Amino acid sequence: MSKQSIRHVYGACLTELGRKYPQLMVLDADLKESTQSIQFERVFPDRYIECGIAEQNMLCVAAGLALVGKIPVVHSFAAFIAMRACEQVRTSIAYPGLNVKIVGTHAGVTAGSAGTTHHALEDIAIMRAMAGMTVFVPGDARELEQVIAAAFVINGPVYIRLGAIDYEDVYRDSDQFISGRATLLRPGNDVTIMTTGHLMHAGVVAADILKDQHGISARVLQMASIKPLDHAAIVAAVRETAGIVTVEDHNILGGLGGAVCEAACAAGGARVERIGVKDGFCGVGSCAFLLQQQKVTVDSIVLAVLDICCQKRG
Amino acid sequence: MDQQRIGELVRVSARVRQLIVEVLICAGCGHPGGAFSSVDLMVGLYFHALRIDPKRPSAPDRDLFVLSKGHSSVGLYTVLHARGFLDEKTLMTFRQDGSALGGHPIKDKVPGIEVSTGSLGHGFSVAAGMALGIKKDGQAKRVFVMVGDGECQEGSVWEAAMFAAHYKLDNLVAIVDRNRIQIDGFTEDILALEPMVDKWEAFGWAVRRINGHSMTEIVAAMDALPLGKGRPSVIIADTVKGKGVSFMENNPAWHGGGISGANIEIARADTYWPGDKGV
Ligand SMILES: Cc1ncc(C[n+]2csc(CCOP(=O)(O)OP(=O)(O)O)c2C)c(N)n1
Repeated sequence: MSKQSIRHVYGACLTELGRKYPQLMVLDADLKESTQSIQFERVFPDRYIECGIAEQNMLCVAAGLALVGKIPVVHSFAAFIAMRACEQVRTSIAYPGLNVKIVGTHAGVTAGSAGTTHHALEDIAIMRAMAGMTVFVPGDARELEQVIAAAFVINGPVYIRLGAIDYEDVYRDSDQFISGRATLLRPGNDVTIMTTGHLMHAGVVAADILKDQHGISARVLQMASIKPLDHAAIVAAVRETAGIVTVEDHNILGGLGGAVCEAACAAGGARVERIGVKDGFCGVGSCAFLLQQQKVTVDSIVLAVLDICCQKRG
Repeated sequence: MDQQRIGELVRVSARVRQLIVEVLICAGCGHPGGAFSSVDLMVGLYFHALRIDPKRPSAPDRDLFVLSKGHSSVGLYTVLHARGFLDEKTLMTFRQDGSALGGHPIKDKVPGIEVSTGSLGHGFSVAAGMALGIKKDGQAKRVFVMVGDGECQEGSVWEAAMFAAHYKLDNLVAIVDRNRIQIDGFTEDILALEPMVDKWEAFGWAVRRINGHSMTEIVAAMDALPLGKGRPSVIIADTVKGKGVSFMENNPAWHGGGISGANIEIARADTYWPGDKGV
């Protein structure tokens, strides 16, 4: 397996789409190198708008562009695009249902030692709570390519969440991202592991350890489509397995864990263990260090699954 | 201001630049450009203007400083160290796993940091709130806030500017680090800011524009505070991004980054100050 800088892969995808959609315009707020929107600028300078450090204005400008027939793709760090410009997104983009794609990079704790101001542990919850907003959180380069393609088929607002780190390759040739569907990465009937974003890799590694070392068959579902959510896959997990473990680089409140709990309750209830940041702010350190500190690790997934199995059998 | 004192401050600045180089070598990452452009201003503040005491970092009558352009944290930490708030061992943990010294300043982790900043625009409004509260209490202390020029593109900066003038916050002093560079390039190419002086005056502030690398001008401006009666003061300091390190000066590529490889020698040579190790 190899790793890829998800933002660089993204920049290349975006540029490719620029050829396909002549109305596509790209906006950034003084972070074009970090978000890699710079790749698009190099090829299509006339369709690239540098907005300066003014995210709120940028989101409403995007709304205006959409209203006159452009397809704006807006970039900044997730913390600033989802939070500084939150109400602009909700009222000027989601409410009129405009065709604006919103890309937040450096999400979760992937901004590492930059610290809390640059971490985004709330953006999934925020974006998910907006009516009409689609939310995609891809977990590797291949999935990202499919997510981007799907986002542009949707005639409405889409939030795409990316990290600042390199993502491990997980998708096989047979894996396919479909909006509103979970991607089955490992079949299994004992417990279900649901992942999103770059933690897809941890989910698969944990499932392999569970199988090899503990004889437990864990179903692994990558939930890159946070909204629309695959309710059918959650209902099946509730009925067919002993419980669900969710894994995300986000607060456990309101993100994947929250979404799965809502759906699992509606399906009659199940034990759901949420692995993620436990309603706190993270300190200083590399992304790996912070995830370790928050116990968002392969070990934690394995232990959570073992715990569910133990309770079920006992 | 006698030349003896100016000479001392210039020496402190030189020592701070030397130390920032060492911290950035050790950390391997950080934001050098905006830290080096503001070193002389920060030294003017911490060694001349601010009424503070490192032995009593929470003294109720202290002046408050807010680094609204929080990404220049390495400059703030190093000046806090030079001023006796922070030991060298802690300083050298900058941005490392579990450190108190993040890429952006964190309140309460080390003494002397009043506000957690890093999201551009916030610090300036927070400073306005502090100044208002202090005024309501009839206290004499002042609030100083440093903002980046790129940061001034945030709409909220101008909301705060209007607010501070409306409430006649003459205990509030803003310092704009006018280094003319943000991340993606030069401010005037990205989203033009000039005419800066006219803008701030139109918003009701008393303005002085200085050379931000002349300790004499820095000290004179700080001694002249408040610059106007019943108005907030702003010092617009023309600076050079990356000042003091040759390959960084006026180069947008050095907004962020650590110092490594062949750059170590150059940065050390550029910031060398003869015969003076201690601050
Ligand atoms: C709200 C917000 N948007 C974007 C950023 C990312 N960012 C960090 S520093 C910076 C450029 C700042 O330029 P300037 O204020 O001129 O600082 P200086 O040149 O003095 O370093 C940007 C865009 C941020 N920290 N906060």
